[in-house]
Amino acid sequence: MKRDPIYGIMAEFDSAQALVDAARKTHEAGYKKIDAYSPFPVEGLAEEIGFHHDEVPLVVLIGGLIGGVTGYLMQYWMSAVDYPLNIGGKPPHSWPAFIVITFEMTILFAGISAVLGMLALNGLPMPYHPVFNVPRFAFASKDRFFLIVFSSDKKYNPVETRRFMEGLNPRSVSEVPS
Amino acid sequence: MPEQYKSTTDLERAPVIEPGHTFGTVTEKISAIVLTRPASNGWFIGFGLFFMLTMMMLFAIGYLFLKGIGIWGVTIPIGWGFAIVNFVWWIGIGHAGTLISAILLLLRQSWRNSINRFAEAMTLFAVAAAGIFPAIHVGRPWLAYWLFPYPNTMRVWPQFRSPLMWDVFAVSTYATISALFWFTGLIPDFATLRDRSEKRWVKMVYGMLSFGWRGSARHWHRYETMYLLLAGLATPLVLSVHTVVSFDFAVGIVPGWHTTIFPPYFVAGAIYSGFAMVLMLAIPIRKIYGLEDFITERHLQNSAKVMLATGLIVAYGYGVEAFMGWYGGDRYDAFTLWNRLHGPYAPEYWALLICNILIPQVLWIRRLRTSPIALFFISGVILVGMWLERFIIVVVSLHRDFLTSSWGMYYPTRWDWMTYIGTIGMFLAAMFLFLRLLPAISIFEMRTLLPEAEVKE
Amino acid sequence: MNQDEFVQISKREEVCPGKKGKLDLDAVRAEIDKAAKHGPEYWRSLEELAGNPEFQDALKREFPKGASEWLDSVSRRGFLKVMGASLGLAGMTACVKLPNEPIVPYVRQPENVIPGRAMYYATAHTLGGYANPLLVESHLGRPTKIEGNDKHHGSLGGTDIFAQASILGMYDPDRSQSVVSMGDQRSYAAFLSAIRGPLSAQKALQGAGIRILTTTISSPTLADQLRALLKVYPQAKWHVYEPVNRDNVLEGAKMAFGQPVETRYDFAKADVIVSLDADFLYGGFPGNVRYIRDFASRRDPDLGQMNRLYVIESTPSATGAKADHRFPMRASEIERFAQALSSHLPINAPTGGVAGDNPGFSAAIVQDLLSHRGSSIVIAGDHQPASVHAFAHAVNQALGNVGKTVFYTDPVGANPVNQSESLKDLASDVQAGKVDLLIILGGNPAYDAPADVNFAEVLKGGKAQLRVHYGLYQDETAELCQWHVNATHELESWGDARAFDGTVSIIQPLIAPLYNAKSPIEFVSTLSGQPDASGYDLVRAYWQKQHTGADFEQFWRQSLHDGWIEGTTYQPKSVAAKNDHIGWKSTTDTAIELNIRRDPTIWDGQFSNNGWLQELPKPMSKLTWDNAVQIGPKMAERLHLASKDVVELELNGKKVEGAVWIQAGHPDNSITVTLGYGRRGAGRVGTGQGFNAYELRTSGTPWIASGVQIRKTGATYELASTQGMQSMDTPDGGHRPLVRETSLEEYKKEPGFAREEEVPQGLTLYPRYEYEKEQYAWGMAIDLNRCTGCNNCILACQSENNIAVVGKEQTLLGRHMHWLRVDAYYQGDRDNPKAFFQPVPCMHCENAPCEVVCPVGATSHSSEGLNDMVYNRCVGTRYCSNNCPYKVRRFNFLLFQDWDTAQYKMMRNPDVSVRSRGVMEKCSYCVQRINEHRIDAETASVREGKEIGIGEDLQSACQQSCPAEAIIFGNINDPNSKVSQWKAKARNYSLLGELNTRPRTTYLAEVRNPNPELES
Repeated sequence: MKRDPIYGIMAEFDSAQALVDAARKTHEAGYKKIDAYSPFPVEGLAEEIGFHHDEVPLVVLIGGLIGGVTGYLMQYWMSAVDYPLNIGGKPPHSWPAFIVITFEMTILFAGISAVLGMLALNGLPMPYHPVFNVPRFAFASKDRFFLIVFSSDKKYNPVETRRFMEGLNPRSVSEVPS
Repeated sequence: MPEQYKSTTDLERAPVIEPGHTFGTVTEKISAIVLTRPASNGWFIGFGLFFMLTMMMLFAIGYLFLKGIGIWGVTIPIGWGFAIVNFVWWIGIGHAGTLISAILLLLRQSWRNSINRFAEAMTLFAVAAAGIFPAIHVGRPWLAYWLFPYPNTMRVWPQFRSPLMWDVFAVSTYATISALFWFTGLIPDFATLRDRSEKRWVKMVYGMLSFGWRGSARHWHRYETMYLLLAGLATPLVLSVHTVVSFDFAVGIVPGWHTTIFPPYFVAGAIYSGFAMVLMLAIPIRKIYGLEDFITERHLQNSAKVMLATGLIVAYGYGVEAFMGWYGGDRYDAFTLWNRLHGPYAPEYWALLICNILIPQVLWIRRLRTSPIALFFISGVILVGMWLERFIIVVVSLHRDFLTSSWGMYYPTRWDWMTYIGTIGMFLAAMFLFLRLLPAISIFEMRTLLPEAEVKE
Repeated sequence: MNQDEFVQISKREEVCPGKKGKLDLDAVRAEIDKAAKHGPEYWRSLEELAGNPEFQDALKREFPKGASEWLDSVSRRGFLKVMGASLGLAGMTACVKLPNEPIVPYVRQPENVIPGRAMYYATAHTLGGYANPLLVESHLGRPTKIEGNDKHHGSLGGTDIFAQASILGMYDPDRSQSVVSMGDQRSYAAFLSAIRGPLSAQKALQGAGIRILTTTISSPTLADQLRALLKVYPQAKWHVYEPVNRDNVLEGAKMAFGQPVETRYDFAKADVIVSLDADFLYGGFPGNVRYIRDFASRRDPDLGQMNRLYVIESTPSATGAKADHRFPMRASEIERFAQALSSHLPINAPTGGVAGDNPGFSAAIVQDLLSHRGSSIVIAGDHQPASVHAFAHAVNQALGNVGKTVFYTDPVGANPVNQSESLKDLASDVQAGKVDLLIILGGNPAYDAPADVNFAEVLKGGKAQLRVHYGLYQDETAELCQWHVNATHELESWGDARAFDGTVSIIQPLIAPLYNAKSPIEFVSTLSGQPDASGYDLVRAYWQKQHTGADFEQFWRQSLHDGWIEGTTYQPKSVAAKNDHIGWKSTTDTAIELNIRRDPTIWDGQFSNNGWLQELPKPMSKLTWDNAVQIGPKMAERLHLASKDVVELELNGKKVEGAVWIQAGHPDNSITVTLGYGRRGAGRVGTGQGFNAYELRTSGTPWIASGVQIRKTGATYELASTQGMQSMDTPDGGHRPLVRETSLEEYKKEPGFAREEEVPQGLTLYPRYEYEKEQYAWGMAIDLNRCTGCNNCILACQSENNIAVVGKEQTLLGRHMHWLRVDAYYQGDRDNPKAFFQPVPCMHCENAPCEVVCPVGATSHSSEGLNDMVYNRCVGTRYCSNNCPYKVRRFNFLLFQDWDTAQYKMMRNPDVSVRSRGVMEKCSYCVQRINEHRIDAETASVREGKEIGIGEDLQSACQQSCPAEAIIFGNINDPNSKVSQWKAKARNYSLLGELNTRPRTTYLAEVRNPNPELES
């Protein structure tokens, strides 16, 4: 099947408020495959485009648990199982002494998994993306706000959708070539 | 959104960002420093100077590797000297960054948004400077990697009861987390720079660094969750790091080390010196790059208040130490107290009290809290004081311990000084590069401070 | 000829692989070029060449830029190392050489040579002529460790520091390594041809022009040879001189008995001992090893009656430190004191001189002596005038001690003459031009002769036409003689010598001479025309003559094996003291008085190139590497002097400058300086250290001179003391009970006075490690009552464990490496304090604080309770040292070990690894010895088929060499072991026990036995 030459239709707004309202309208209009771009995190925007569950916390929890367990078991195995030594008359398994490193390992693993989790779930790094083909999109990282309806959306129709978007009184509407 | 986000003109509630700014102006002003503004001669001179100091440090370290630790002043009984003093000092300074970024974020102290970026950078460079010392201060530095638990032909493992091992894990974890925190914070701003820059190769570089960030609402959502969690993790971490560092001493039996008060008062001291360093950097930067709009009196005020508070905790720490020395009735602790007050290093101890306790009390005066010049110098005094504190703890405790027959004196050599001053040079050289190459203030977080950023349902 | 020299050098370099690059050859060549214009003398020796500044610069170029000016100590040590290498480079056999004869490797292993197995040979080391019976440990033909001959009643296993250090002396790369004439290295044959003429010429003159100057000689063989030589040359004269001589003792004996006799004591039988300035408990005093043992055997409050020691002394000494009553007194007043005593004792001493007024304590002493007739000793110091010795003889006789605690025998020295006189005569003969051939057989008179004799000038004068110096070093004297013949070290040569009681020991060589050299006996036989006779044959021949009984071979082997010759011990003679002949010369004299004493560690200077002895702390001041101007606290206050102030001493025109050391307990108005320092030609280690006190020494007043002027110069000079503070009182007014002490009565009342309440076990989160389960648990107990602070253990440990010498600069910084130190503390009145010694090795704490903090587990506990140090694993964080409350850990801050000099490689104990830079080290309880015994025990068990344990014959190095038996090491799991018994004693306590370190090394508290009448 040949790919649609159009990746989506993008509308540009100049305030966060406008974007949020537009996003709400679009979503209510039944468009599901949409996305919004802003130069800073806009409260509630994600919800408006129908993004509800975020898995990052789960990833961090798992990472942290793995870290903690690894940390303690490592110390236990190394100093009590693999090569036990009499250190200053203390028993090989001196658990109070192992707490600090267990804690640090928990933090380390949790932190790393937080960052990697976020990147993975966001599908980053992704140096190229069709939206960059829109020249004005450069302002998405300054003071402009964008809303896009992807051509892969069921309800998508080049003409209809474009008209609908223009109805949201944006600054401009442009097609995003894929 | 909470009250203090609103910019007002009341002096007490000085604004965190001067009125009249828009997303555009904020973006331009900050990214201009990196993109358009040409590097001034002043920058080159400063950077050149600190680069030379860095080279001096490398020379000193080279000679150290050649000859051995004996070129330093350390001896028996003072087995630890400048290296450990500087290590603790730098690590302490390195606390402010994460503290400001993480704890203040959790406390919704939005004013931190304009200083957290370079505070974090400062943290990284301070931790890097600190990291040098434990590595080179060992007798056989080429074997320092034995402190990491890796499978080896000797089939032996590190000794996890040693506070030094805890240090290894705490400090490396801290370095990693701070780096992640700092870098992830930069990603959206890299995108901004990518889109602002004219030169193609610059675009490429920032584009790569930005991981292709495009500000999608979903991404922002996950991003904020991650950022918040990271802050949540970094908070106990930052508190743990200096606690662990203090264990290096508290776990030892040396009179003057073996104290349970150490963890809290080390952490307080760390924040104390950390904020001092932040101010020492922020004050000139805001002047030179005209960032007074973003780093306002409000920031100076708050930092000063934090220093005042932590300074008092530190003072309390000294008090308790002295009290227990007397009240505990242990002949060795009692002598350690006496020795600090009257021994051969008494001048250092008195200087410490003046720098860390006496002088900072002027911060009770509002006019001084808001005067950049005054704050700059007070911060300097505090940094000196905190260095002296570590000197007193490390050297003065060791030089006269249990057996009078084994008492000794410590005299730093020029190699000690060269290494110490060298790390300061390295730290500042790194700061200089940072200012030129990366946005010194978090652009996207500044945007959220603008009134336009609000949206109502 | 320069060409040849170059060729020579490059060849030598090839001979010594691995020495390349140690010293850049071009620099040396350049140096030699520069030196070349001074003619041949430039090649006298590399040391000397190195002595000149240009050469040192050339060497300094070896160092990373600026090393020297940036940090002197680093470059200095490096400099020494490069020097070591450079000597090797010069082909002075710093690399092991094969003999010229074709040699065959052994196919069948010779019996009783087991690689890795040490063998012990009995031999002896002499100091001042007195033999110190030894057993020397040898590894595959390399002597590595000196032990005392435990069968010999002159040692019973103990040694003194000089014997311990002799091993280093033998391997000293600075020793003279060839015959030298006028600066040229020559062959021994060349020397022979050079001396043949003069000798035959003297034949005609009956040797009227021959003078032989020797040091004190007790060797029967050598003495016999010399006498034989004097028969051939009847007119020739044999002079004897040694700076630390016993002229006063001799004169005292003559005064009392009209004949030279040797005095011998039995301290085991003495209940009361009065020492008039005699330091008889310290190394170098004839018989000190045995005397310490006997003395210590009476210091145990738990068995038998404790003896009581009164010491009246002019300068603080180890003996004074052990005294129950110590009375500081100016040396010159001691004679007056003796005179005062004499009126109260049953001797009819003549009047004359000026008797001192009776100090309060004298009555008590007299009482004590009178109530211990036959069981007391009065002993006078070597430097006290003859009259004091005569007095001592008289008292001992009057109290009936003779034959019980005091014995008189023939003199041990083969030629008992007044040595100062003897040297003076020689000097005047030379000046009178009577001497054609002067042979200096050992000794270094050009350096150590009295200033008024000024032997250096005498030699320079050239009046003695042919001057031959025979000795170990090319020293100050060698420089002034046309010929220098290099001597063998005693460990390299055959010989014999008498111990303090006359017993003869055969000196066996432990190794073939490192450098082609002649032993004294061989040298003398050369003079008497048999150049090829071997030392072995000569000694054997002599004793064959002496031997009467049958089967000489058996007798000979027996003597070699035992280390002494049966029946040579002098029998006590009965001599009567004509005590009315005490010639008092005492005068009242208020001028400042100068005590000139032998140095406690480098003696008269003959050991000044011995790094171990240089770095060995002096027993009382703990100073190293220097002698000092010792004065008492009072005097220092009066003259506004502080330690390390440089003062100028002036005595009848002669001036020297030295640094002040304020010595607690030093009598007022009196100064003590020690000999042996300020050498010019000692070698790498000794040259230039300290100041030369010989400048102030005259033959008239060799020990005690009056009227010295002391002037502050304003300069200061660093003195390297190894001890931080010599008091248990801290500046804040606190006191730390490190050494615990009480009097005998108190002890009887409360034996457990030293035990501090033990820390309860339940204080820890952790279960205790059960060492009781093991077969062995190693522990040590040190009896502070027996320890006399002789420092022997320090050197024994240094030698056994390959401990490095670090040099003065590093010692100043506090980086000395001794695994075992002896702390000296002073308590009470600074003008007459109590002094204490406390040997401190590693405590091997069961709860070792050092182990817990090591991040790499480089120090951990063995199942038998040893605190092991794993050098290979150590990365050098020094955390363990910081956390060690006893500060017994030592760190290699720099590359302290000399890895280059071949001699030192041969010297080291192969059972102990040589530590390198950046590694922590410390006392290991001689783990190598433990394991050796363990292996023996196990093999024995297998052989016998029954369980055999490690027995009491296991001794740590310090324990084995301790003459006082103050250190006991062993298995504390065995309740019958000696160490367990000691630890069970009431006065056993652990140092800093309150820290709950549970040290395995514990101390037996000190108990003194003061005279109740004087207590108040």
